[in-house]
Amino acid sequence: MHEMAMAQGIMDIVESYARKNDAKKVRVVSLIIGEMAGVVFESLEFCFKALAEGTVAEDAELKLHRTPLLGQCNDCGWQGHIVKYNFFCPKCNSAKVDIISGRELRVEYLEVD
Amino acid sequence: MEVPVMENILGSNDKQALQNKEIFDRNGIFVLNLIGSPGSGKTSLLEKTIVSLKNSLKMAVIEGDLFTNKDADRIAGCNVPVIQINTSGGCHLDAMMIKNVIGKLNLAQLDLIIIENVGNLVCPAEFNIGEDNKAVVLSITEGDDKPLKYPLIFKEAATAVLNKIDILSFTNFDMKAARHDITCLNPAVNIIETSCRTDIGIDKWTEWLKNAVQIKQKRINER
Repeated sequence: MHEMAMAQGIMDIVESYARKNDAKKVRVVSLIIGEMAGVVFESLEFCFKALAEGTVAEDAELKLHRTPLLGQCNDCGWQGHIVKYNFFCPKCNSAKVDIISGRELRVEYLEVD
Repeated sequence: MEVPVMENILGSNDKQALQNKEIFDRNGIFVLNLIGSPGSGKTSLLEKTIVSLKNSLKMAVIEGDLFTNKDADRIAGCNVPVIQINTSGGCHLDAMMIKNVIGKLNLAQLDLIIIENVGNLVCPAEFNIGEDNKAVVLSITEGDDKPLKYPLIFKEAATAVLNKIDILSFTNFDMKAARHDITCLNPAVNIIETSCRTDIGIDKWTEWLKNAVQIKQKRINER
């Protein structure tokens, strides 16, 4: 249930940006959440709604943008989707595959009035 | 109106974790974040670690627990400084909780701090607390399917301890499959099989820790 801590993180960011932009109302909060981030979106939504009550983000819609788990091989340059969490390069079997996407936990943008 | 943000949801935790790490670095302390399910043997492994390393390293323990002092009481029995953090139901330790207690330790006197996280394979993996390394403890009674079910912690861990191997023959745990899955997830991981009951593998684990402390202190001293 760390979704509550994450919802609080989102709320802090939303309130700070709403203030900076003199927003009366936040309509949309768009999130980027990676395939490998340990988040249950429904729980996150539930926690966010509870926290947003009575704030500028009350009634705001959470939009989810999922990013796939992508890797890049430092030895042969392969780039692609990492399947079944196998981080060995499918082309050259190197163990030096870095994650280039899929771990994101970010607020992307807000739509405000 | 659209307002671009692009901010990390756990950004404030990460910032605090970095500040904690700077404090530990300044004092030349290696910090381990010990993570595993309830009952995987984290506290037993800690007790064995303390007995083995107490004379060669100055160490302290921070115990994360939902409500009780049970683990801290066990560690206090080993005669090392121990601090209890109760999360009151919170499923993980975060960087601010660590910041709030590190002042209670005599940091200048320490080589090693082991932080036993709340028993949980999911949430602690997302929250850095200022550690140098994470280690995950999986007991074989939990099943060999767990690495792929909880990939993040196995990806993040520097060492994976497979505990309770003394009872391996009474279970259907497939050691080869578990090792394969953990290695695929994290090719650089160090896998150590242990039993806290018979002491199998405890020497390998403490050797790894001792080495990690030495490497860090050497790096800090060369700065």
